[in-house]
Amino acid sequence: VARLPEPAFRLPREKPPPKPRPPTRWEQFARLKGIRRRKRTSLVWDEQAKEWRRRWGYRRAGGDPARAWLAEVPAGADPEEDQFARLRREKRERVARNELNRLRNLARAHRAGTAVPAAPLHPTGHQSRDELSHVARVARVSTASLGRFQPRLPKESAEPPSRSGGKKRRFEPLLGNLAAERSRQLALLQDMGRKKPVLDITRAVNKQLRQEEAEAAAAKGKKQSQRGKRGRRQQRTGRSSKKSGARRQQQQQRPAGSG
Amino acid sequence: LICCYSKPKTKRAKRFLEKREPKLKENTKNAMLIKGGNANLTVTEVLKDIYAVKKPFAVLYKKKNITRPFEDQTSLEFFSKKSDCSLFLFGSHNKKRPNNLIIGRMFDYHVLDMIELGIEKFVSLKDVKNSKCPEGTKPMLIFAGDTFEVNEEYRRLKSLLIDFFRGPSVPSIRLAGLEYVLHFTAVDGKIYMRSYKVLLKKSGCKIPRIELEEMGPSLDLVMRRTHLASDDLYKLSLKQPKALK
Repeated sequence: VARLPEPAFRLPREKPPPKPRPPTRWEQFARLKGIRRRKRTSLVWDEQAKEWRRRWGYRRAGGDPARAWLAEVPAGADPEEDQFARLRREKRERVARNELNRLRNLARAHRAGTAVPAAPLHPTGHQSRDELSHVARVARVSTASLGRFQPRLPKESAEPPSRSGGKKRRFEPLLGNLAAERSRQLALLQDMGRKKPVLDITRAVNKQLRQEEAEAAAAKGKKQSQRGKRGRRQQRTGRSSKKSGARRQQQQQRPAGSG
Repeated sequence: LICCYSKPKTKRAKRFLEKREPKLKENTKNAMLIKGGNANLTVTEVLKDIYAVKKPFAVLYKKKNITRPFEDQTSLEFFSKKSDCSLFLFGSHNKKRPNNLIIGRMFDYHVLDMIELGIEKFVSLKDVKNSKCPEGTKPMLIFAGDTFEVNEEYRRLKSLLIDFFRGPSVPSIRLAGLEYVLHFTAVDGKIYMRSYKVLLKKSGCKIPRIELEEMGPSLDLVMRRTHLASDDLYKLSLKQPKALK
């Protein structure tokens, strides 16, 4: 018999190397404490049967647990309690906890495997204003109380974080401001009882703009139909960019004026 | 484990899938020997002989498969996935490329390298009448000719041939079991493959006298087309996990 040396010629692998899975909670704890795995013997000495029996399984040492006819009542337990039921229940609980922990470990490993690393902040000098503000915001909210007691940075605006947590619709609390509720309900009744329709400034402005656009288009269309398809196409694209900008501006101006 | 269709319901299925998943220390590479649409007697005999050499780490497909590996690799990749083989030998014959043999390997069930060789002369196992060595013997590979070091394509071919004929990698070996020698020579643009059986004869001192007896398949090959993996893909396939080092 001869010992072969390590292969010097590198050959390509069949499949890519497996990704190392993160250690489970027990493995982390064991590494911390320095606990090492002890190999258990498969056979155990059974005193009663006076022979080596297996640790678990068919004819195990200590007898078949299903045939255990005696269950001692422990010292501080309730005498009325059914001990057999207690043992069965505890076994079921242990099995369930084990299964839960196993699934948790799997989920942790899976999450670690598919975790997308956060976009790294550029080295100094290259950060943009938005990047910095975003990172500062994330850092502020990453406290146990979600940033509520976090002091503001010197140049930061004093905007409190949205209590709704980014939700768009807010619902008022049921039992709060009675006066506000009363006024709101009365205003609603007034609107319902009104004969004439209410004027919504924004909608009126938009409608007017659309009308103007349509008229302009009709007029231009008559002129361009003689020129042909090409003219109409160019005119259409140009029109949309200009007019939509104007609409947006109008929208912003009007509410400011009305409110 | 197991992303694919469903979780294994039996232990046997689980073991089957565990055998195929990527591991730190990999299994011995299996080879699949496939016949092309128009495979003649020579090519079939070559495939059968190589199968005999590579047993049990080879799969010989009996039916003809009408594909062209150089144009479309999907059917090869499908076979590789189904039979968990990372090496393949595809034999075909047509007027333009007579007695064609495509030897190749896969990485992650995708084709890594493919080299097309033409068979000029072939002497099969049956034709050489003497005793053969037992099935599954790990051969010793000898590469003669500096073309194998100098030429890039020949270097890849050497690596491919080593991969193909290596067999299981073992830490120690019984000296009496070293019976089979495969000798490759690259000369004048041709590649000669010869197989010899090692006979250990009695000699005066402790080291026995070695005699080589010609046995087994001998091939005269000519390199035709190649489809080699790009450098970075090749480097990626060579990467070994840190745990092994």
